[in-house]
Amino acid sequence: MTVDVHWSVTDTPKNHAAPLLSVRHLSTDFVSAEGKVAHALEDVSFDVRPGETLGLVGESGCGKTTTMMSLMRLLPAAGRITSGQVLFDGKDLLALSENQMRGYRWKEMAMVFQSAMNALNPVYTVAEQIREAILLHGVMDRSAADKRVEELLDRVGIAKTRKNQYPHQYSGGMRQRAMIAMALACQPRLLFADEPTTALDVMVQAQVLELLKTIQRELGLAVVLVTHDLGVVAEICDSVVVMYGGKVAEYGPIDLVYNHPQHPYTQRLLEAFPDLNKPGDVLASIPGYPPRLNALPPGCRFEPRCHRKIEICASVSPKLIDVSQAQEEGTLRGKKEGELSSLRHVAACHLCQGPEVTY
Amino acid sequence: MNRRDYLLRKLLMALVTLAVVVLMDFYLFRVLPGDPVRAVIGRNVRISREAQEALRVQFGLDKPIFPDQFLATVAQWATGNLGLSWSFRKPVTEILAAKLGNTLILVTLGQLLSIVLGVALGLFAGWKRKTAVDVSSLAFSLVTWAIPTFWLGIILLAAGSTWLGLPTGGALDTSNLDKPLWETLPDRAYHLILPTLTFTIVYLGEYMLIMRSSVLEVLSEDYILTAKAKGLSHWQILRRHALKNAMLPIITLIALNLGFTVAGAIYIETVFSYDGLGKLFQDALDKQDFPLLQGAFLLLAVTVIGANLVADLLYTYLDPRVKAT
Amino acid sequence: MSERWTLLKRNLLDFWKVFGRNRPGMLGAFLLASSLFLAIFAPWLTPHKPTDTMRDANGKAMTFASPAEHGPLGTDDAGRDVWTGLVYGSRISLMVGFVAGLLSMVIGSLLGILAGYFGGWVDNLLMRATDVLLVIPDIPLTLILVASVRQLNLGVSPLVILILVIGLLYWTSTARLIRSQVLTIKERQFVARARAIGAGHAHIILKHIIPQVMPLIVANTVLIVSTAILVESGLAFLGLGDPTQPSWGTMINFAFDRNAITNGAWWFYLPPGLAIVWVSLGCVLLGNVLEEMLNPRLASHHLEDESHMVARPATESAVKG
Repeated sequence: MTVDVHWSVTDTPKNHAAPLLSVRHLSTDFVSAEGKVAHALEDVSFDVRPGETLGLVGESGCGKTTTMMSLMRLLPAAGRITSGQVLFDGKDLLALSENQMRGYRWKEMAMVFQSAMNALNPVYTVAEQIREAILLHGVMDRSAADKRVEELLDRVGIAKTRKNQYPHQYSGGMRQRAMIAMALACQPRLLFADEPTTALDVMVQAQVLELLKTIQRELGLAVVLVTHDLGVVAEICDSVVVMYGGKVAEYGPIDLVYNHPQHPYTQRLLEAFPDLNKPGDVLASIPGYPPRLNALPPGCRFEPRCHRKIEICASVSPKLIDVSQAQEEGTLRGKKEGELSSLRHVAACHLCQGPEVTY
Repeated sequence: MNRRDYLLRKLLMALVTLAVVVLMDFYLFRVLPGDPVRAVIGRNVRISREAQEALRVQFGLDKPIFPDQFLATVAQWATGNLGLSWSFRKPVTEILAAKLGNTLILVTLGQLLSIVLGVALGLFAGWKRKTAVDVSSLAFSLVTWAIPTFWLGIILLAAGSTWLGLPTGGALDTSNLDKPLWETLPDRAYHLILPTLTFTIVYLGEYMLIMRSSVLEVLSEDYILTAKAKGLSHWQILRRHALKNAMLPIITLIALNLGFTVAGAIYIETVFSYDGLGKLFQDALDKQDFPLLQGAFLLLAVTVIGANLVADLLYTYLDPRVKAT
Repeated sequence: MSERWTLLKRNLLDFWKVFGRNRPGMLGAFLLASSLFLAIFAPWLTPHKPTDTMRDANGKAMTFASPAEHGPLGTDDAGRDVWTGLVYGSRISLMVGFVAGLLSMVIGSLLGILAGYFGGWVDNLLMRATDVLLVIPDIPLTLILVASVRQLNLGVSPLVILILVIGLLYWTSTARLIRSQVLTIKERQFVARARAIGAGHAHIILKHIIPQVMPLIVANTVLIVSTAILVESGLAFLGLGDPTQPSWGTMINFAFDRNAITNGAWWFYLPPGLAIVWVSLGCVLLGNVLEEMLNPRLASHHLEDESHMVARPATESAVKG
């Protein structure tokens, strides 16, 4: 399957900038009450440039939400970040105290959750909750904050007259848009969106995605979009990280990953998309089950389900390989030296040819 | 849901409950005892056959029980006439009115203390789970639940009067019975210490447990995570987001608890010979004074029903999900 | 049949493995078991009868003798051995508590199952009835019911009246609990499947609903029994027990009425109360643990301690990426 990527990702200005967020070798464990350890994340690394939209995809349990929660340090009580760095504007967020971290939350990086009914407090009005965010971090007084609340709601397409209503009086799509408005309240530079459209029906989904795209363009916002829906990623993402079993399987600009997938998992994922042009074809699926995070195999985590495995896959864990050079991608890339290093297409598979990646 | 509809439904339920109470009260004390004349004038009163017949006609007891006697009784009660007490030889209403104040003070004071302390402890215990405060509060609640109210009163009475010289009973000293209210306040307060302490201990555990449960549930909700992501501190989140949501079930509980609180008052007042409605109820029981029992029960039930209704009204103002659309 | 038996045995074994490690639960079980032991083996645990008067060397009745003078728990106002009273009293307290609790549990479970399963007007009626009953103050209601029934002089033991009144009034919490559980079970697939193959209501209720709801019923019974024991003790304290068959509550009633407090005879009113606490605590611990095992609570909430979240070894200050 080839994905029609409408715009060229390779020549936009944002590709030249230094990364806003650099995740390096992030590893997270979950420790149960009895002491059993599940390795939810291992050695996860990727970059997010200013204004870039990064998709984090994978099946349930692959670690995409855990990654996001680790970055904002909002893991549940059992979570432990065991190694790595999270560099925001060069500063390691993991080295901060909880107090200092709070200063970053919402002001520099904000979050939009899945459209759960209860992501907004049911006993306060929408306006009150957005205003709380503004007053907490901003330097505005109350009346200025009130005006800003109206601006924000207006930007996401919610009528001013509804600002003093309660969350239960909003529809699902409206609630999601209200959450986006709230997330933008302090003008963050990075927005995390956790399955923002999963609970919505298709029409509303399109609306919300359109909104995200518009806002991002207008504000130059960087977005990390966590989802299992490849179609959504194709629509609005510049680059994508494919995760499997807590590790990065493949990562790169979207046109490269979608059109020339290197990792067998990515290949199967893309194949699983029904092709409207071939209605009679049997739907492809990936047999087997995701790995158990407290009993991980020594080799590649995808090996039990892989359709292209070789002997070494079961015993040795594959390193990340830079596959950019080995591909016939000359037509899509400028040969400017400075860009290449930040537009790497990497995959963790023994079958890939190319230099090892060291972050 | 519409507030008006919600309240109308609650009002209807209150009326139904009231009807059940009235029916039961009438049946148990007028019908069940058998001879209705006896039921009205008492058991130990000697009376000639002619006088009995005259009374029978005078009280309308020759008419059928339902609906005539019943409706007559209801009409009588509605006007505040609850009959004549057999043991006191005074109108029941008068007796009840005299004792009401003492019970109100005791119950209000005890409940207020246990609510305030219980809610505070419950908030802390739910927030800081598995810490010493949480574990010891849980243990305390468990144990106080298992302790019979009257026995706790006895223990405190024995300990308090023996070791601390606190009064052994009564609402106030007998020498102060005829003094005006403000003069007797310190004495009353002195007599209230042990009964109120008993009351508070008994209900403190329960409020703590409910508040803790409520807090645990609220703190697991998504909007708490949102608040955390916004950069609020734990204390800010507790105060602004968790507290209001966690308190909602407490309001309902306080109202519901009123019935059980009345029970507590009966035991505590009996043990401490505290001159209130509870002790009156117990005395009436002892002496088999039916009109008094009947009237006291009616008063207690009506108060609880009324309080529940007020709590329902309050709830609609606190929970926006029950506002008028 | 034997297959079901082996399955049951295995489930019980699994249950025991988890329960055995639970300290509050085991404590509760011990408290309860020891009380039962006391009740069952009462005659063997004391040489006296509850009505025996203890006499001193001169033949005088030993009234309010302290435990130092007459062990292990002294005597009451009439010279009867308190320990004997306690031990025989356990039979009354436990018997009334268990039977009343069982009665209320049966009524509550039945109503709860019917309301949950059939829904509609049956459910509505039940819920309104419980609402009404819950608002009316329980002890005054119980008191007037017992009082008016007793003066009918029906010739039944006061204990029977107590059991009936308690059983008939305290079923509401059970009914609500079981009803909501049945509602959840009803949603599950196998009920729809059973209906699809034409199974009748009775069959579904007996074969599918009841087995699923039974563990909760058992857990709840323990708690209801403790409520019944506490209520009985209260009513007995107020004089509504059977003086010829004194329960622990009746003992405290005697102690209170006969001036044990002013006489400083703590051995008369302290032990029976402690016994009530012993049993109730046991029931409550056991019941809570059982309920927790059936409806486990969430593991953690969002405001837990965060100091362990970043658990990596210390690094030097921020490195430029």
